[in-house]
Amino acid sequence: MAPRCRRYPLPLPRSSTGSGSRRFISSPVDSSVAAGSGVAGAKGSTSKALNSGVAWYAGIRGKLYERKYGSDFYKWGSGASLGGVRHARVASMPAVGAKFDAKPEDCIEVSVDGKDVTVAKGMTVLQACEVAGVDIPRFCYHPRLSIAGNCRMCLVEVEKTPKPVASCAMPALPGMKIKTTTPLVKKAREGVMEFLLINHPLDCPICDQGGECDLQDQSMVYGSDRGRFIEAKRSVTDKNLGPLVKTVMTRCIQCTRCVRFASEIAGVQDLGVLGRGGAEEIGTYVEKLMVSELSGNVIDICPVGALTSKPSAFTVRSWELKSTESVDVSDAIGANIRVDSRGPEVMRVIPRLNEEVNEEWISDKARFAYDGLKRQRLNEPLIRREGQLEPISWPQALKTVAEAALKVNPDEMAAIAGKLSDAESMMALKDFMNRLGCERLWVEGNSEDTVADLRSNYLVNSTIAGLENTDACLLVGTELRIEAPLLNHRLRKAVRNSRAKVGVIGPETELHLKAEHLGNSTDILASIAEGKHPFAQTLSSAKFPTIIVGSGVLQRSDKEAVLAAVQTIAHKANVIREDWNGYNFLLLNAAQAAGLDLGFVPGSRAPVGDKKSIKFLYLLGADDLTPEDIPADAFVVYQGHHGDRSAYRADVILPGVAYTEKEGTYENTEGRTQQTSPAVPTVGDARDDWKIIRALSEIAGVKLPYDTLNGVRARMLAVAPNLFRVDELEPATPLPKESLPETKGKLDSSPFKRAVENFYMTDPISRASKTMAQCTAAYGRS
Amino acid sequence: MGSIQRSARNATRAALSLQRSVNNGGSGAGVRAFSAQAAPAASAPPAGTPPPPPPPPPEKTHFGGLSDEDRIFTNVYGQHDPFLKGALKRGDWYQTKELVQKGTDWIVNEMKKSGLRGRGGAGFPSGLKWSFMPKVSDGRPSYLVVNADESEPGTCKDREIMRHDPHKLIEGCLIAGVGMRARAGYIYIRGEYVNERRNLQKALAEAYAAGYLGKNACGSGYDFDLHIHYGAGAYICGEETALLESLEGKQGKPRLKPPFPANAGLYGCPTTVTNVETVAVSPTILRRGPEWFASFGRKNNSGTKLFCVSGHVNKPCTVEEEMSISLRELIERHCGGVRGGWDNLLAVIPGGSSVPLLPKHICDDVIMDFDALKAVQSGLGTAAVIVMDKSTDVVDAIARLSYFYKHESCGQCTPCREGSPWLWHMMERMKVGNAKLEEIDKLQEVTKQIEGHTICALGDAAAWPVQGLIRHFRPELEKRIHEYASRELELFLSDRKLWPENLLEIRIWYHSNETLLEEKE
Repeated sequence: MAPRCRRYPLPLPRSSTGSGSRRFISSPVDSSVAAGSGVAGAKGSTSKALNSGVAWYAGIRGKLYERKYGSDFYKWGSGASLGGVRHARVASMPAVGAKFDAKPEDCIEVSVDGKDVTVAKGMTVLQACEVAGVDIPRFCYHPRLSIAGNCRMCLVEVEKTPKPVASCAMPALPGMKIKTTTPLVKKAREGVMEFLLINHPLDCPICDQGGECDLQDQSMVYGSDRGRFIEAKRSVTDKNLGPLVKTVMTRCIQCTRCVRFASEIAGVQDLGVLGRGGAEEIGTYVEKLMVSELSGNVIDICPVGALTSKPSAFTVRSWELKSTESVDVSDAIGANIRVDSRGPEVMRVIPRLNEEVNEEWISDKARFAYDGLKRQRLNEPLIRREGQLEPISWPQALKTVAEAALKVNPDEMAAIAGKLSDAESMMALKDFMNRLGCERLWVEGNSEDTVADLRSNYLVNSTIAGLENTDACLLVGTELRIEAPLLNHRLRKAVRNSRAKVGVIGPETELHLKAEHLGNSTDILASIAEGKHPFAQTLSSAKFPTIIVGSGVLQRSDKEAVLAAVQTIAHKANVIREDWNGYNFLLLNAAQAAGLDLGFVPGSRAPVGDKKSIKFLYLLGADDLTPEDIPADAFVVYQGHHGDRSAYRADVILPGVAYTEKEGTYENTEGRTQQTSPAVPTVGDARDDWKIIRALSEIAGVKLPYDTLNGVRARMLAVAPNLFRVDELEPATPLPKESLPETKGKLDSSPFKRAVENFYMTDPISRASKTMAQCTAAYGRS
Repeated sequence: MGSIQRSARNATRAALSLQRSVNNGGSGAGVRAFSAQAAPAASAPPAGTPPPPPPPPPEKTHFGGLSDEDRIFTNVYGQHDPFLKGALKRGDWYQTKELVQKGTDWIVNEMKKSGLRGRGGAGFPSGLKWSFMPKVSDGRPSYLVVNADESEPGTCKDREIMRHDPHKLIEGCLIAGVGMRARAGYIYIRGEYVNERRNLQKALAEAYAAGYLGKNACGSGYDFDLHIHYGAGAYICGEETALLESLEGKQGKPRLKPPFPANAGLYGCPTTVTNVETVAVSPTILRRGPEWFASFGRKNNSGTKLFCVSGHVNKPCTVEEEMSISLRELIERHCGGVRGGWDNLLAVIPGGSSVPLLPKHICDDVIMDFDALKAVQSGLGTAAVIVMDKSTDVVDAIARLSYFYKHESCGQCTPCREGSPWLWHMMERMKVGNAKLEEIDKLQEVTKQIEGHTICALGDAAAWPVQGLIRHFRPELEKRIHEYASRELELFLSDRKLWPENLLEIRIWYHSNETLLEEKE
């Protein structure tokens, strides 16, 4: 009697119409409440794209991507809302209905599920499917990383091919007939999904990735509702990758995205695949921290919960967060970020897609310094009485400041804007101080005598994205990896893609890219300027030569001579041309560019040099002055959000707001105007910075002529129109060749100094951050 | 231990061979002693005189009984000097210069005409494969890579070639190198083959010293260098792209195809990876003519082939035979038959561990070539015949193979990484019957989920043996499951301590399940 054998039931995926199947996917949070109108417009088009009849699964993915990357994602993906302004790029569009730029002769025709589409030559089957609006599930494929083809989730059927093919790795060929909905494909993907799940722990309820996990989402479509794996599951020892990235390696599905990210994007060969077969693990072989300023990005690219954020472990579920699109201010790059908050608390910061600024990466400081927003905050006005700071009411505080200001001769006044100041508050402060008769103003990071006459002299003129095109680059007095990790990544791309030659004059630093350290002395600069040094030849024979000068040189006594030498090199090597401007001045701080554009620099009548004469000092979140720099008898006003260094010296403290709490305009180092959006309420009795100054001006009797944010911006429009055009890059007019500056002074032979002593602690927020303190302890200065 | 056995085996082989020739009617060379094989090659160019039975296709219906003078590998058993002197006697390096000077197109055409199919397992037509190499270089050099990472369980043909006839391989490398316009060749030899690589290295040095390789190889004006690389013993490095990775100094993990190695292989240059045997037979084919080679075996399966017969046969051996020889004849003629007689045969794995096994009733009349074995849902593979008699625990045997594939999976892609351990675990349970009946179907489904979904063929190789087992030995699996279940039940019933306190509950449970089962049906 032979028993009858029954096939194990393989349940069909749940109905797509039932809302039950989407319970992990919350609807996109309306994050555009306070965002600019441009963002809202993009959002509208997004939903249009989603409703236009793509597969329901694609719809879910779209929403997920929107949650993950912000609605900007679709600006690149769908192209529907672009109105011809921007063009999406090939190979970087995970969204549905992707578009691409290609000449007709470089196009081929393929058929996807019976629909003919035209795609560019060299696109993969997966990309062709995206063009056709068919979404392909994937784990290992990432448009910015090399193709691994190992997860096998993207299998599709191609006519006349006996086996299903991995669409991410198969080039689309003319006339190819691709089928993505056949039983063969479904069965193949279900099989792969089952394999991925057999050794994946069933700990979604306690997994931080829950709700935004690719595996979870795709298992809703291709997974079975019960397992038939009754063997013991594999478990893997967790690895210690440092204070930022938490590992739960049992959850790892070996997609190797993190390995490829580390070696291809971050440039550190720290991660690798160990062992083989079922015993395969991702790790560092010997226990080792992952030392990279971009290491946090592995959290985003990990499709499962194997790599999650250590600082925010077990604190948030993704669906309970409110997302606000904003801009990072921890450096001058202005990376686009999304601030995720719950109630009054910022719970995490993740990148937003912007091809021209940060692609989809952000630095670890931008990502993890947010916990500093909860510590050391100034939440009420304080006044110093008998050496002690005491709370005081706003009117009294402002009155005290106004009285102190009016007592002092305008020549004995000064105002310094801090690193994180927005353009609005700098505008207001400049107007206020000017009305008091004071012209002694500067932004932290700029020297006290910076000239802001020529805009091309203080911007990254090649643009951040444009730096990728360079084929020879000279770094002068900058540690690019520490000062601007994302710009360093662009340079790394140039080195990797087109073997750009990089020469460094300055402190010797590991840049994680192939660079030649020429030395740390101005002599080398002079010899390149004279054309004696071999690198002069490299630069002048390059098609797109670039020079990046760190703003650390502004602190040198011979800065004019240095800049003159650099500009000589630039003109000799044809760095500045009609079609290419490779002269780049890298700023350090978020406030610097806007401050220079607004003319927040010492006026012609301002006394220069000796700070001993200052009797009234207005610090707008400026903390870099040492107590010795400030005369003992000076009246110091500190307006800011953190009780950082200078607050200890302040006579009056006026609590301002941090970048996550205000709508502020910032200009990044390439001259792109961007705005932050308030994600969380202000702390305590703090006020918007420009409002504080506006109120102060009234009490001081020099009332500023605006009392709304739009009023301040109208004033900014008059001073620097580009600051009004948000999300737009305002290129600087190239320096004419005739304007070669006369060499003022002589080159000093002293070596270039480091501009940033500790990458993880550069501003009041990161100095208050516990995570950044842990990083400092773990990585040193990095 | 091997040498004594081997020499005994070789003695038997010689006697057998004599006997066989007489039995065949001694056509021309029937009385020639085994040791005198080298004579024709040394005395007269064999290319001009095709061997006696002129090809009478298509009437040829019986294959096998390859005569000694038709053997390509005349020193498989190491009775003669494996090195240059002996090789020259056997006819190696004879007129190699002329062969090289005939040029690439001639070589490729002759190879195409010979109908040689790759001897590494996949059986891709060699001439065609060589012709895929770029005709005009775009600046990148072309490479020949010889896959001597012979790790397929049961396979030991390349080993015999390398330790007893290394010059055949080296000469073949030059010919193949010319055939694919390669500037250099690499022999990737398995790490465990220590003596083989010593012999090969010595032979290589001899060839260089004699001017057969290097600049102006054989005086032909063609420059060709050959290098030997030692592997570290990973089975996956026998996969051509994993081999290239390993050769480049990386982890031996297969690459995605396309691009195929002929476009971007070793160091990103056009490369062809071929099996040792394929390369080693090529000079002889060119010398004796493709028609000669094509006269053996069925159409599309032509040539002679080294068969490695192991397992439960009386005299396991590696023997060169005509393609399409019947399996039974192969075993009975060369291996002294199955242990305990043909009727004691349980199953045969005809082509190395990765092809599905064949039960006796198929073995009775199956012939050994690519197409015939494919027709019975197996494969010729590397022609490593593993014979199992009725004493074999066939489930255990396949479970051991599953363990092998689980162990050797590189772990790169999901189906193989996750599926092969799962298969092994299930097979271990099947071995003792600790499974449910429906798990046999589950096992089958899992193999189907692996097969065809992986980057390389290791996934298929892990799946096929299990599929073969289920296909042909399902009753055996079911029997074990039943036996195990009844054993468990007996154990349960015999020990009251195992009984739950309330037997009523058991009855209720039983009845409720019964109704459930009925409902389902």
